[in-house]
Amino acid sequence: MTTIDTISPATLDRAATHRGARPRRLTAGRVGLYAFLALSAAFFLLPLYIMIVTSLKTMDEVRLANIFAWPADPGFQAWVAAWSTACTGLDCSGIQVGFLNSVKILVPSVIASIALGSVTGYALSLWRVRGANVLFVVLLLGAFIPYQVFIYPLVRIFSTLGIYGSLPGIVLVHVIFGLPVMTLLFRNFYAGLPPELFKAARIDGGGFWRIFAHVMLPMSTPMLVVAVILQVTGIWNDFILGLVFAGRENLPMTVQLNNIVNAAQGEKLHNVNMAATILTALVPLVVYLLSGRWFVRGIAAGSVKG
Amino acid sequence: MATRIRRSAVPVVALSPTILIVLFAYVGTMGWTVWMSFTGSRLLPVNTFVGTEQYQRLFGDPRWLVSVQNMALFGVLFIGFCLVLGFLLAVAIDQRVRGEDGLRTIFLYPHAMSFIVTGLVWQWMMNPTLGIQEAVQSMGWASFRFDWVVRRDMALYAVVIAGVWQSAGLVMALMLAGLRGVDEELWKAARVDGIPTWRVYVSIVLPLLKPMIITSVVLLSIAVVKVYDLVVALTNGGPGTSTAVPAKYVMDYLFERQNIGLAAAASTVLLVTVLCVLAPWIYAEYFRKERGGA
Repeated sequence: MTTIDTISPATLDRAATHRGARPRRLTAGRVGLYAFLALSAAFFLLPLYIMIVTSLKTMDEVRLANIFAWPADPGFQAWVAAWSTACTGLDCSGIQVGFLNSVKILVPSVIASIALGSVTGYALSLWRVRGANVLFVVLLLGAFIPYQVFIYPLVRIFSTLGIYGSLPGIVLVHVIFGLPVMTLLFRNFYAGLPPELFKAARIDGGGFWRIFAHVMLPMSTPMLVVAVILQVTGIWNDFILGLVFAGRENLPMTVQLNNIVNAAQGEKLHNVNMAATILTALVPLVVYLLSGRWFVRGIAAGSVKG
Repeated sequence: MATRIRRSAVPVVALSPTILIVLFAYVGTMGWTVWMSFTGSRLLPVNTFVGTEQYQRLFGDPRWLVSVQNMALFGVLFIGFCLVLGFLLAVAIDQRVRGEDGLRTIFLYPHAMSFIVTGLVWQWMMNPTLGIQEAVQSMGWASFRFDWVVRRDMALYAVVIAGVWQSAGLVMALMLAGLRGVDEELWKAARVDGIPTWRVYVSIVLPLLKPMIITSVVLLSIAVVKVYDLVVALTNGGPGTSTAVPAKYVMDYLFERQNIGLAAAASTVLLVTVLCVLAPWIYAEYFRKERGGA
Protein backbone atom coordinates (compact mmCIF):
# COMPACT_ATOMS: atom_id res chain seq x y z
CA MET A 1 0.00 0.00 0.00
CA THR A 2 1.41 3.31 -1.06
CA THR A 3 0.84 5.15 2.18
CA ILE A 4 2.61 2.60 4.32
CA ASP A 5 5.59 2.53 2.01
CA THR A 6 5.91 6.28 1.76
CA ILE A 7 5.48 7.28 5.36
CA SER A 8 8.44 5.47 6.75
CA PRO A 9 10.12 7.21 9.67
CA ALA A 10 13.09 7.78 7.38
CA THR A 11 11.05 9.89 4.99
CA LEU A 12 10.00 12.24 7.73
CA ASP A 13 13.51 12.37 9.14
CA ARG A 14 14.87 13.73 5.92
CA ALA A 15 14.95 17.44 6.61
CA ALA A 16 13.77 19.91 4.04
CA THR A 17 17.21 20.49 2.58
CA HIS A 18 16.01 21.60 -0.80
CA ARG A 19 15.62 25.22 0.15
CA GLY A 20 19.15 25.54 1.43
CA ALA A 21 20.20 26.61 4.90
CA ARG A 22 17.70 28.05 7.35
CA PRO A 23 17.36 31.76 6.54
CA ARG A 24 19.22 34.04 8.95
CA ARG A 25 17.27 37.23 8.45
CA LEU A 26 13.63 37.59 9.32
CA THR A 27 11.65 38.61 6.26
CA ALA A 28 7.97 39.50 6.21
CA GLY A 29 7.30 36.06 4.76
CA ARG A 30 9.03 34.33 7.66
CA VAL A 31 7.07 36.39 10.17
CA GLY A 32 3.82 35.44 8.44
CA LEU A 33 4.90 31.80 8.36
CA TYR A 34 5.58 31.70 12.09
CA ALA A 35 2.37 33.60 12.82
CA PHE A 36 0.39 30.97 10.89
CA LEU A 37 2.17 28.13 12.69
CA ALA A 38 1.67 29.76 16.09
CA LEU A 39 -2.05 30.34 15.46
CA SER A 40 -2.50 26.78 14.26
CA ALA A 41 -0.62 25.42 17.26
CA ALA A 42 -2.91 27.48 19.52
CA PHE A 43 -6.00 26.02 17.81
CA PHE A 44 -4.74 22.47 18.27
CA LEU A 45 -3.55 22.98 21.85
CA LEU A 46 -6.54 24.95 23.14
CA PRO A 47 -8.78 21.93 23.92
CA LEU A 48 -5.95 20.20 25.77
CA TYR A 49 -5.27 23.34 27.83
CA ILE A 50 -8.97 23.79 28.63
CA MET A 51 -9.38 20.13 29.60
CA ILE A 52 -6.44 20.40 31.98
CA VAL A 53 -7.36 23.72 33.63
CA THR A 54 -11.02 22.72 34.01
CA SER A 55 -10.05 19.45 35.65
CA LEU A 56 -7.88 21.31 38.16
CA LYS A 57 -10.67 23.71 39.24
CA THR A 58 -13.39 23.35 41.85
CA MET A 59 -17.02 23.47 40.64
CA ASP A 60 -17.42 26.90 42.28
CA GLU A 61 -14.61 28.17 40.13
CA VAL A 62 -15.98 26.46 37.00
CA ARG A 63 -19.29 28.31 37.55
CA LEU A 64 -17.46 31.64 37.27
CA ALA A 65 -17.43 30.81 33.55
CA ASN A 66 -13.90 31.82 32.77
CA ILE A 67 -12.92 28.78 30.80
CA PHE A 68 -9.48 30.14 29.86
CA ALA A 69 -8.40 31.14 33.38
CA TRP A 70 -5.73 29.23 35.21
CA PRO A 71 -7.23 27.71 38.42
CA ALA A 72 -6.76 29.89 41.51
CA ASP A 73 -5.99 26.90 43.66
CA PRO A 74 -5.18 23.95 41.39
CA GLY A 75 -6.02 20.59 42.92
CA PHE A 76 -6.56 17.00 41.91
CA GLN A 77 -9.88 16.46 43.74
CA ALA A 78 -11.77 16.25 40.44
CA TRP A 79 -9.32 13.62 39.18
CA VAL A 80 -9.81 11.52 42.30
CA ALA A 81 -13.59 11.90 41.97
CA ALA A 82 -13.48 11.00 38.27
CA TRP A 83 -11.43 7.91 38.97
CA SER A 84 -13.33 6.55 41.95
CA THR A 85 -16.75 8.18 42.50
CA ALA A 86 -18.12 9.56 39.19
CA CYS A 87 -21.64 8.31 38.50
CA THR A 88 -23.21 6.52 35.57
CA GLY A 89 -26.85 6.58 36.55
CA LEU A 90 -27.02 4.97 39.98
CA ASP A 91 -23.60 3.38 39.81
CA CYS A 92 -21.00 5.67 41.36
CA SER A 93 -17.75 3.78 41.26
CA GLY A 94 -15.89 6.07 38.88
CA ILE A 95 -14.18 5.73 35.52
CA GLN A 96 -11.85 3.07 36.92
CA VAL A 97 -14.49 0.46 36.08
CA GLY A 98 -14.28 1.39 32.43
CA PHE A 99 -10.51 1.60 32.59
CA LEU A 100 -10.21 -1.94 33.90
CA ASN A 101 -12.76 -3.19 31.35
CA SER A 102 -10.80 -1.54 28.55
CA VAL A 103 -7.60 -3.20 29.73
CA LYS A 104 -9.35 -6.57 29.93
CA ILE A 105 -10.65 -6.13 26.40
CA LEU A 106 -7.43 -4.63 25.04
CA VAL A 107 -4.81 -7.21 26.03
CA PRO A 108 -6.36 -10.37 24.54
CA SER A 109 -7.73 -8.45 21.51
CA VAL A 110 -4.33 -7.00 20.61
CA ILE A 111 -2.49 -10.30 21.00
CA ALA A 112 -5.09 -12.37 19.15
CA SER A 113 -5.60 -9.94 16.28
CA ILE A 114 -1.88 -9.52 15.65
CA ALA A 115 -1.28 -13.28 15.83
CA LEU A 116 -4.03 -14.01 13.36
CA GLY A 117 -3.19 -11.06 11.10
CA SER A 118 0.51 -11.91 10.87
CA VAL A 119 -0.13 -15.58 10.03
CA THR A 120 -2.76 -14.60 7.47
CA GLY A 121 -0.49 -12.00 5.89
CA TYR A 122 2.37 -14.47 5.80
CA ALA A 123 0.26 -17.23 4.22
CA LEU A 124 -1.21 -14.87 1.64
CA SER A 125 2.08 -13.29 0.61
CA LEU A 126 4.51 -16.22 0.50
CA TRP A 127 2.48 -19.37 -0.02
CA ARG A 128 0.46 -20.37 -3.01
CA VAL A 129 -3.07 -20.78 -1.84
CA ARG A 130 -5.99 -21.13 -4.21
CA GLY A 131 -8.41 -18.26 -3.92
CA ALA A 132 -5.92 -16.13 -1.99
CA ASN A 133 -6.67 -13.06 -4.09
CA VAL A 134 -10.41 -13.35 -3.60
CA LEU A 135 -9.89 -13.72 0.14
CA PHE A 136 -7.65 -10.68 0.17
CA VAL A 137 -10.04 -8.48 -1.80
CA VAL A 138 -12.96 -9.34 0.50
CA LEU A 139 -10.81 -8.56 3.54
CA LEU A 140 -9.75 -5.28 1.97
CA LEU A 141 -13.34 -4.26 1.33
CA GLY A 142 -14.22 -5.31 4.87
CA ALA A 143 -11.79 -2.72 6.19
CA PHE A 144 -13.79 0.11 4.67
CA ILE A 145 -17.41 -0.91 5.05
CA PRO A 146 -19.27 0.73 7.94
CA TYR A 147 -19.82 -1.55 10.95
CA GLN A 148 -23.56 -0.96 10.67
CA VAL A 149 -23.70 -3.36 7.72
CA PHE A 150 -22.37 -6.27 9.83
CA ILE A 151 -23.54 -5.47 13.32
CA TYR A 152 -27.05 -6.87 13.55
CA PRO A 153 -26.38 -10.30 11.97
CA LEU A 154 -23.26 -10.57 14.16
CA VAL A 155 -25.35 -9.85 17.24
CA ARG A 156 -27.71 -12.68 16.23
CA ILE A 157 -24.85 -15.09 15.52
CA PHE A 158 -23.17 -14.22 18.81
CA SER A 159 -26.42 -14.69 20.75
CA THR A 160 -26.86 -18.11 19.18
CA LEU A 161 -23.30 -19.01 20.18
CA GLY A 162 -23.95 -17.62 23.67
CA ILE A 163 -21.07 -15.12 23.58
CA TYR A 164 -23.09 -11.94 23.01
CA GLY A 165 -22.39 -9.36 25.69
CA SER A 166 -19.38 -11.22 27.10
CA LEU A 167 -15.67 -10.59 27.21
CA PRO A 168 -14.83 -13.36 24.70
CA GLY A 169 -17.52 -11.87 22.45
CA ILE A 170 -16.09 -8.36 22.36
CA VAL A 171 -12.56 -9.74 21.93
CA LEU A 172 -13.71 -11.82 18.97
CA VAL A 173 -15.36 -8.74 17.44
CA HIS A 174 -12.11 -6.79 17.70
CA VAL A 175 -10.24 -9.69 16.09
CA ILE A 176 -12.80 -9.84 13.28
CA PHE A 177 -12.67 -6.13 12.52
CA GLY A 178 -8.93 -5.81 13.11
CA LEU A 179 -8.14 -8.62 10.72
CA PRO A 180 -8.22 -6.65 7.42
CA VAL A 181 -5.70 -4.02 8.48
CA MET A 182 -3.45 -6.49 10.28
CA THR A 183 -3.45 -8.77 7.24
CA LEU A 184 -2.73 -5.86 4.91
CA LEU A 185 0.14 -4.68 7.08
CA PHE A 186 1.88 -8.04 7.31
CA ARG A 187 1.09 -9.14 3.77
CA ASN A 188 2.77 -6.05 2.34
CA PHE A 189 5.71 -6.39 4.69
CA TYR A 190 6.39 -10.06 3.90
CA ALA A 191 5.85 -9.50 0.19
CA GLY A 192 8.51 -6.78 0.31
CA LEU A 193 11.22 -9.01 1.80
CA PRO A 194 13.87 -10.42 -0.58
CA PRO A 195 12.38 -13.60 -2.12
CA GLU A 196 15.77 -15.37 -1.84
CA LEU A 197 15.27 -15.49 1.90
CA PHE A 198 12.10 -17.51 1.63
CA LYS A 199 13.51 -19.73 -1.13
CA ALA A 200 16.61 -20.51 0.93
CA ALA A 201 14.48 -21.44 3.91
CA ARG A 202 12.38 -23.72 1.70
CA ILE A 203 15.48 -25.45 0.29
CA ASP A 204 16.74 -25.99 3.83
CA GLY A 205 13.56 -27.94 4.39
CA GLY A 206 11.65 -25.42 6.46
CA GLY A 207 7.93 -25.98 6.70
CA PHE A 208 5.15 -23.41 6.96
CA TRP A 209 5.34 -22.87 10.72
CA ARG A 210 9.12 -23.29 11.05
CA ILE A 211 9.81 -20.60 8.46
CA PHE A 212 7.26 -18.35 10.11
CA ALA A 213 8.65 -18.80 13.61
CA HIS A 214 12.37 -18.85 12.85
CA VAL A 215 12.75 -16.63 9.78
CA MET A 216 9.77 -14.32 9.36
CA LEU A 217 8.80 -13.44 12.93
CA PRO A 218 12.33 -12.45 14.03
CA MET A 219 12.45 -10.03 11.08
CA SER A 220 9.01 -8.60 11.75
CA THR A 221 9.86 -6.37 14.71
CA PRO A 222 9.15 -3.09 12.86
CA MET A 223 5.76 -4.31 11.68
CA LEU A 224 4.94 -5.76 15.08
CA VAL A 225 5.62 -2.35 16.65
CA VAL A 226 3.33 -0.64 14.14
CA ALA A 227 0.67 -3.31 14.62
CA VAL A 228 0.75 -2.97 18.41
CA ILE A 229 0.46 0.84 18.21
CA LEU A 230 -2.36 0.58 15.74
CA GLN A 231 -4.36 -1.99 17.66
CA VAL A 232 -3.78 -0.49 21.11
CA THR A 233 -4.97 2.97 20.04
CA GLY A 234 -7.72 1.63 17.78
CA ILE A 235 -9.21 -0.78 20.31
CA TRP A 236 -8.85 1.66 23.21
CA ASN A 237 -10.62 4.38 21.22
CA ASP A 238 -13.39 2.11 19.97
CA PHE A 239 -16.88 3.13 20.97
CA ILE A 240 -19.48 1.49 18.76
CA LEU A 241 -18.29 -2.12 19.08
CA GLY A 242 -17.94 -1.81 22.85
CA LEU A 243 -21.40 -0.25 23.05
CA VAL A 244 -23.03 -3.08 21.13
CA PHE A 245 -20.99 -6.19 21.95
CA ALA A 246 -19.32 -5.75 25.33
CA GLY A 247 -22.42 -6.10 27.50
CA ARG A 248 -23.22 -4.19 30.69
CA GLU A 249 -20.48 -5.84 32.71
CA ASN A 250 -17.65 -5.04 30.30
CA LEU A 251 -18.38 -1.57 28.91
CA PRO A 252 -15.08 -0.04 27.78
CA MET A 253 -13.84 3.30 29.05
CA THR A 254 -15.07 5.34 26.05
CA VAL A 255 -18.65 4.13 26.50
CA GLN A 256 -18.58 4.65 30.26
CA LEU A 257 -17.11 8.13 29.79
CA ASN A 258 -19.89 9.12 27.41
CA ASN A 259 -22.47 7.75 29.85
CA ILE A 260 -20.97 9.77 32.69
CA VAL A 261 -20.67 13.06 30.81
CA ASN A 262 -23.91 12.88 28.88
CA ALA A 263 -25.96 11.53 31.81
CA ALA A 264 -29.36 13.18 31.72
CA GLN A 265 -29.95 13.46 35.46
CA GLY A 266 -28.06 15.31 38.17
CA GLU A 267 -25.89 18.39 38.19
CA LYS A 268 -23.11 18.33 35.62
CA LEU A 269 -19.73 18.26 37.31
CA HIS A 270 -17.68 19.70 34.49
CA ASN A 271 -14.38 19.50 36.34
CA VAL A 272 -14.92 15.80 37.07
CA ASN A 273 -16.08 15.22 33.49
CA MET A 274 -12.95 16.82 32.06
CA ALA A 275 -10.73 14.83 34.42
CA ALA A 276 -12.50 11.64 33.29
CA THR A 277 -12.02 12.70 29.67
CA ILE A 278 -8.29 13.22 30.18
CA LEU A 279 -7.99 9.87 31.92
CA THR A 280 -9.67 8.21 28.93
CA ALA A 281 -7.39 9.98 26.46
CA LEU A 282 -4.26 9.21 28.45
CA VAL A 283 -3.48 5.72 27.15
CA PRO A 284 -3.51 6.60 23.43
CA LEU A 285 -1.72 9.90 24.15
CA VAL A 286 1.08 8.11 26.00
CA VAL A 287 1.36 5.59 23.16
CA TYR A 288 1.53 8.49 20.72
CA LEU A 289 4.18 10.44 22.61
CA LEU A 290 6.35 7.40 23.28
CA SER A 291 6.15 5.91 19.81
CA GLY A 292 6.58 9.19 17.91
CA ARG A 293 7.10 8.60 14.23
CA TRP A 294 6.08 4.97 14.40
CA PHE A 295 2.64 6.25 15.25
CA VAL A 296 2.42 8.17 11.98
CA ARG A 297 3.25 5.01 10.13
CA GLY A 298 0.63 3.16 12.14
CA ILE A 299 -2.22 5.58 11.60
CA ALA A 300 -1.41 5.88 7.91
CA ALA A 301 -1.84 2.12 7.70
CA GLY A 302 -4.69 2.02 10.14
CA SER A 303 -6.86 4.90 9.06
CA VAL A 304 -8.16 2.31 6.70
CA LYS A 305 -10.05 1.02 9.70
CA GLY A 306 -11.36 4.46 10.62
CA MET B 1 1.85 -35.54 -6.11
CA ALA B 2 1.33 -36.55 -2.54
CA THR B 3 3.99 -34.11 -1.34
CA ARG B 4 2.46 -31.29 -3.29
CA ILE B 5 -0.90 -31.84 -1.64
CA ARG B 6 0.70 -31.91 1.78
CA ARG B 7 2.65 -28.79 0.98
CA SER B 8 -0.46 -26.78 0.24
CA ALA B 9 -2.55 -28.17 3.07
CA VAL B 10 -0.73 -26.43 5.94
CA PRO B 11 -1.21 -22.87 4.68
CA VAL B 12 -4.88 -23.57 4.07
CA VAL B 13 -5.24 -24.87 7.62
CA ALA B 14 -3.43 -21.76 8.89
CA LEU B 15 -5.81 -19.61 6.87
CA SER B 16 -8.93 -21.41 8.03
CA PRO B 17 -9.82 -18.97 10.87
CA THR B 18 -9.52 -16.11 8.38
CA ILE B 19 -11.55 -17.99 5.80
CA LEU B 20 -14.26 -18.65 8.39
CA ILE B 21 -14.27 -14.98 9.45
CA VAL B 22 -14.50 -13.79 5.87
CA LEU B 23 -17.31 -16.24 5.06
CA PHE B 24 -19.42 -15.74 8.17
CA ALA B 25 -18.55 -12.33 9.63
CA TYR B 26 -18.13 -10.41 6.37
CA VAL B 27 -19.82 -12.05 3.39
CA GLY B 28 -22.55 -13.82 5.33
CA THR B 29 -23.57 -10.88 7.49
CA MET B 30 -23.44 -8.52 4.54
CA GLY B 31 -25.74 -10.80 2.54
CA TRP B 32 -28.05 -11.18 5.53
CA THR B 33 -28.31 -7.42 5.97
CA VAL B 34 -29.07 -6.90 2.30
CA TRP B 35 -31.69 -9.67 2.43
CA MET B 36 -33.29 -8.21 5.57
CA SER B 37 -33.63 -4.89 3.77
CA PHE B 38 -36.09 -6.59 1.41
CA THR B 39 -38.16 -8.13 4.22
CA GLY B 40 -40.78 -6.77 6.58
CA SER B 41 -38.55 -7.35 9.66
CA ARG B 42 -39.40 -5.18 12.61
CA LEU B 43 -38.47 -6.23 16.15
CA LEU B 44 -37.10 -9.56 14.94
CA PRO B 45 -35.92 -10.58 11.50
CA VAL B 46 -38.60 -12.33 9.44
CA ASN B 47 -38.42 -13.75 5.95
CA THR B 48 -41.45 -12.17 4.34
CA PHE B 49 -40.28 -10.60 1.11
CA VAL B 50 -41.70 -7.11 0.65
CA GLY B 51 -39.67 -5.91 -2.32
CA THR B 52 -38.45 -2.35 -2.14
CA GLU B 53 -41.00 -1.30 0.46
CA GLN B 54 -38.36 -0.55 3.11
CA TYR B 55 -36.40 1.58 0.64
CA GLN B 56 -39.54 3.51 -0.25
CA ARG B 57 -40.22 4.13 3.44
CA LEU B 58 -36.57 5.06 3.97
CA PHE B 59 -36.52 7.67 1.25
CA GLY B 60 -39.93 8.91 2.35
CA ASP B 61 -38.64 9.49 5.88
CA PRO B 62 -37.65 13.12 6.48
CA ARG B 63 -35.31 12.01 9.28
CA TRP B 64 -33.30 9.89 6.83
CA LEU B 65 -33.27 12.60 4.18
CA VAL B 66 -32.00 15.12 6.74
CA SER B 67 -29.35 12.61 7.83
CA VAL B 68 -28.14 12.17 4.27
CA GLN B 69 -28.10 15.92 3.65
CA ASN B 70 -26.20 16.47 6.88
CA MET B 71 -23.67 13.82 5.91
CA ALA B 72 -23.17 15.44 2.50
CA LEU B 73 -22.68 18.93 3.92
CA PHE B 74 -20.50 17.67 6.74
CA GLY B 75 -18.49 15.62 4.26
CA VAL B 76 -17.80 18.48 1.86
CA LEU B 77 -16.79 20.90 4.63
CA PHE B 78 -14.86 18.37 6.70
CA ILE B 79 -12.86 17.02 3.76
CA GLY B 80 -12.32 20.49 2.31
CA PHE B 81 -11.04 22.07 5.51
CA CYS B 82 -8.92 19.04 6.41
CA LEU B 83 -7.25 19.07 3.00
CA VAL B 84 -6.59 22.82 2.94
CA LEU B 85 -5.42 23.10 6.54
CA GLY B 86 -3.42 19.86 6.33
CA PHE B 87 -1.69 21.00 3.13
CA LEU B 88 -0.91 24.48 4.47
CA LEU B 89 0.48 23.04 7.70
CA ALA B 90 2.64 20.58 5.78
CA VAL B 91 3.99 23.31 3.50
CA ALA B 92 4.66 25.59 6.48
CA ILE B 93 6.48 22.87 8.40
CA ASP B 94 8.50 22.06 5.30
CA GLN B 95 10.11 25.54 5.31
CA ARG B 96 12.93 24.60 7.68
CA VAL B 97 11.15 26.09 10.66
CA ARG B 98 12.35 25.89 14.22
CA GLY B 99 10.76 23.28 16.45
CA GLU B 100 9.55 21.12 13.59
CA ASP B 101 9.26 18.00 15.74
CA GLY B 102 7.25 19.80 18.40
CA LEU B 103 4.87 21.33 15.85
CA ARG B 104 4.27 17.99 14.18
CA THR B 105 3.48 16.46 17.55
CA ILE B 106 1.02 19.26 18.34
CA PHE B 107 -0.82 19.05 15.02
CA LEU B 108 -1.17 15.28 15.13
CA TYR B 109 -1.93 14.50 18.77
CA PRO B 110 -5.72 14.95 18.43
CA HIS B 111 -5.71 12.06 16.00
CA ALA B 112 -4.51 9.76 18.79
CA MET B 113 -7.64 10.50 20.80
CA SER B 114 -11.02 8.93 20.29
CA PHE B 115 -13.94 10.71 18.67
CA ILE B 116 -15.72 10.40 22.01
CA VAL B 117 -13.00 12.40 23.76
CA THR B 118 -12.92 14.91 20.90
CA GLY B 119 -16.69 15.34 21.01
CA LEU B 120 -16.83 15.79 24.78
CA VAL B 121 -14.01 18.35 24.86
CA TRP B 122 -15.57 20.46 22.16
CA GLN B 123 -19.00 20.11 23.76
CA TRP B 124 -17.50 21.63 26.90
CA MET B 125 -15.76 24.47 25.07
CA MET B 126 -18.88 25.30 23.09
CA ASN B 127 -21.12 25.17 26.15
CA PRO B 128 -23.04 28.47 25.74
CA THR B 129 -23.29 29.36 29.44
CA LEU B 130 -19.89 28.26 30.76
CA GLY B 131 -17.69 27.88 27.70
CA ILE B 132 -15.79 30.09 25.29
CA GLN B 133 -18.80 32.32 24.51
CA GLU B 134 -19.31 33.32 28.14
CA ALA B 135 -15.58 33.79 28.76
CA VAL B 136 -15.14 36.07 25.75
CA GLN B 137 -18.29 38.04 26.57
CA SER B 138 -17.14 38.63 30.15
CA MET B 139 -13.86 39.95 28.78
CA GLY B 140 -15.91 42.80 27.31
CA TRP B 141 -16.92 41.61 23.83
CA ALA B 142 -20.62 41.47 24.72
CA SER B 143 -21.95 40.58 21.26
CA PHE B 144 -19.64 37.58 20.81
CA ARG B 145 -21.57 34.41 19.96
CA PHE B 146 -20.27 30.87 19.87
CA ASP B 147 -23.35 28.88 20.82
CA TRP B 148 -23.32 26.74 17.69
CA VAL B 149 -23.97 23.39 19.42
CA VAL B 150 -27.38 24.54 20.65
CA ARG B 151 -28.47 26.26 17.44
CA ARG B 152 -30.33 24.24 14.81
CA ASP B 153 -28.78 26.17 11.95
CA MET B 154 -25.20 26.02 13.23
CA ALA B 155 -24.80 22.74 15.14
CA LEU B 156 -23.51 20.86 12.12
CA TYR B 157 -20.68 23.39 11.74
CA ALA B 158 -19.71 22.71 15.35
CA VAL B 159 -19.33 19.05 14.41
CA VAL B 160 -17.18 20.10 11.44
CA ILE B 161 -14.84 22.11 13.71
CA ALA B 162 -14.34 19.20 16.08
CA GLY B 163 -13.85 16.81 13.16
CA VAL B 164 -11.26 19.02 11.47
CA TRP B 165 -9.43 19.45 14.78
CA GLN B 166 -9.25 15.66 15.12
CA SER B 167 -8.25 14.80 11.55
CA ALA B 168 -6.33 17.68 9.92
CA GLY B 169 -3.09 16.42 11.47
CA LEU B 170 -3.41 13.13 9.62
CA VAL B 171 -3.60 14.97 6.30
CA MET B 172 -0.62 17.08 7.38
CA ALA B 173 1.42 13.92 8.05
CA LEU B 174 0.48 12.38 4.70
CA MET B 175 1.20 15.60 2.78
CA LEU B 176 4.48 16.19 4.61
CA ALA B 177 5.66 12.73 3.65
CA GLY B 178 4.71 13.57 0.07
CA LEU B 179 6.59 16.90 0.17
CA ARG B 180 9.69 15.21 1.55
CA GLY B 181 9.56 12.81 -1.35
CA VAL B 182 9.72 15.59 -3.97
CA ASP B 183 12.99 15.48 -5.88
CA GLU B 184 15.46 18.12 -4.71
CA GLU B 185 16.66 18.68 -8.28
CA LEU B 186 13.24 20.05 -9.05
CA TRP B 187 13.63 22.77 -6.43
CA LYS B 188 17.11 23.66 -7.71
CA ALA B 189 15.85 23.89 -11.28
CA ALA B 190 12.94 26.07 -10.21
CA ARG B 191 15.29 28.39 -8.33
CA VAL B 192 17.64 28.67 -11.30
CA ASP B 193 14.70 29.60 -13.49
CA GLY B 194 13.61 32.20 -10.93
CA ILE B 195 10.14 30.78 -10.44
CA PRO B 196 8.47 32.07 -7.25
CA THR B 197 8.10 29.45 -4.52
CA TRP B 198 4.30 29.63 -4.29
CA ARG B 199 4.12 29.08 -8.03
CA VAL B 200 6.22 25.92 -7.73
CA TYR B 201 3.91 24.63 -5.00
CA VAL B 202 0.75 25.29 -6.96
CA SER B 203 1.85 24.23 -10.43
CA ILE B 204 4.41 21.50 -9.79
CA VAL B 205 4.31 20.17 -6.23
CA LEU B 206 0.53 19.94 -5.88
CA PRO B 207 0.17 17.71 -8.96
CA LEU B 208 3.03 15.55 -7.62
CA LEU B 209 1.12 15.13 -4.37
CA LYS B 210 -1.86 13.64 -6.18
CA PRO B 211 -1.47 10.16 -4.66
CA MET B 212 -1.37 11.65 -1.16
CA ILE B 213 -4.41 13.80 -1.89
CA ILE B 214 -6.35 10.84 -3.23
CA THR B 215 -5.42 8.71 -0.21
CA SER B 216 -6.48 11.52 2.13
CA VAL B 217 -9.80 11.97 0.36
CA VAL B 218 -10.55 8.25 0.49
CA LEU B 219 -9.66 7.99 4.19
CA LEU B 220 -11.66 11.11 5.08
CA SER B 221 -14.64 10.00 2.97
CA ILE B 222 -14.78 6.69 4.79
CA ALA B 223 -14.67 8.60 8.08
CA VAL B 224 -17.59 10.72 6.86
CA VAL B 225 -19.76 7.70 6.07
CA LYS B 226 -18.85 6.15 9.42
CA VAL B 227 -19.30 9.32 11.49
CA TYR B 228 -21.15 8.26 14.62
CA ASP B 229 -19.14 8.53 17.85
CA LEU B 230 -18.32 12.20 17.30
CA VAL B 231 -21.97 13.14 16.84
CA VAL B 232 -23.10 10.98 19.78
CA ALA B 233 -20.59 12.66 22.10
CA LEU B 234 -20.92 16.22 20.83
CA THR B 235 -24.62 16.76 20.10
CA ASN B 236 -26.32 13.34 20.14
CA GLY B 237 -27.86 14.26 16.81
CA GLY B 238 -29.54 17.40 18.07
CA PRO B 239 -30.81 19.99 18.51
CA GLY B 240 -33.80 18.32 16.86
CA THR B 241 -32.37 16.41 13.92
CA SER B 242 -29.91 19.12 12.94
CA THR B 243 -26.85 16.87 13.34
CA ALA B 244 -28.51 13.53 12.55
CA VAL B 245 -26.29 11.29 10.40
CA PRO B 246 -27.00 8.02 8.56
CA ALA B 247 -24.80 5.83 10.79
CA LYS B 248 -26.74 7.06 13.82
CA TYR B 249 -30.04 6.53 12.01
CA VAL B 250 -29.14 2.87 11.51
CA MET B 251 -28.09 2.40 15.14
CA ASP B 252 -31.26 4.08 16.42
CA TYR B 253 -33.56 1.91 14.31
CA LEU B 254 -31.63 -1.28 15.12
CA PHE B 255 -31.41 -0.95 18.87
CA GLU B 256 -33.99 1.59 20.05
CA ARG B 257 -36.74 2.04 17.51
CA GLN B 258 -36.75 -1.65 16.60
CA ASN B 259 -37.31 -1.54 12.93
CA ILE B 260 -34.67 -3.86 11.61
CA GLY B 261 -35.88 -3.94 8.03
CA LEU B 262 -35.63 -0.18 7.73
CA ALA B 263 -32.22 -0.12 9.43
CA ALA B 264 -31.01 -2.83 7.07
CA ALA B 265 -32.17 -0.79 4.08
CA ALA B 266 -30.30 2.23 5.43
CA SER B 267 -27.13 0.17 5.99
CA THR B 268 -27.38 -1.19 2.48
CA VAL B 269 -27.49 2.36 1.14
CA LEU B 270 -24.33 3.12 3.18
CA LEU B 271 -22.70 -0.02 1.82
CA VAL B 272 -23.42 0.96 -1.77
CA THR B 273 -22.11 4.49 -1.12
CA VAL B 274 -18.83 3.16 0.26
CA LEU B 275 -18.40 0.71 -2.61
CA CYS B 276 -18.87 3.55 -5.09
CA VAL B 277 -16.09 5.54 -3.41
CA LEU B 278 -13.85 2.51 -3.07
CA ALA B 279 -14.11 0.68 -6.35
CA PRO B 280 -12.08 3.14 -8.43
CA TRP B 281 -9.54 3.64 -5.66
CA ILE B 282 -8.91 -0.06 -4.95
CA TYR B 283 -8.62 -0.69 -8.65
CA ALA B 284 -6.03 2.08 -9.08
CA GLU B 285 -4.14 1.30 -5.88
CA TYR B 286 -3.87 -2.46 -6.03
CA PHE B 287 -4.56 -3.72 -9.52
CA ARG B 288 -3.58 -1.21 -12.15
CA LYS B 289 0.03 -1.10 -10.94
CA GLU B 290 0.42 -4.86 -11.01
CA ARG B 291 -0.83 -5.06 -14.58
CA GLY B 292 0.41 -1.82 -16.08
CA GLY B 293 3.80 -1.91 -14.37
CA ALA B 294 3.68 1.78 -13.53
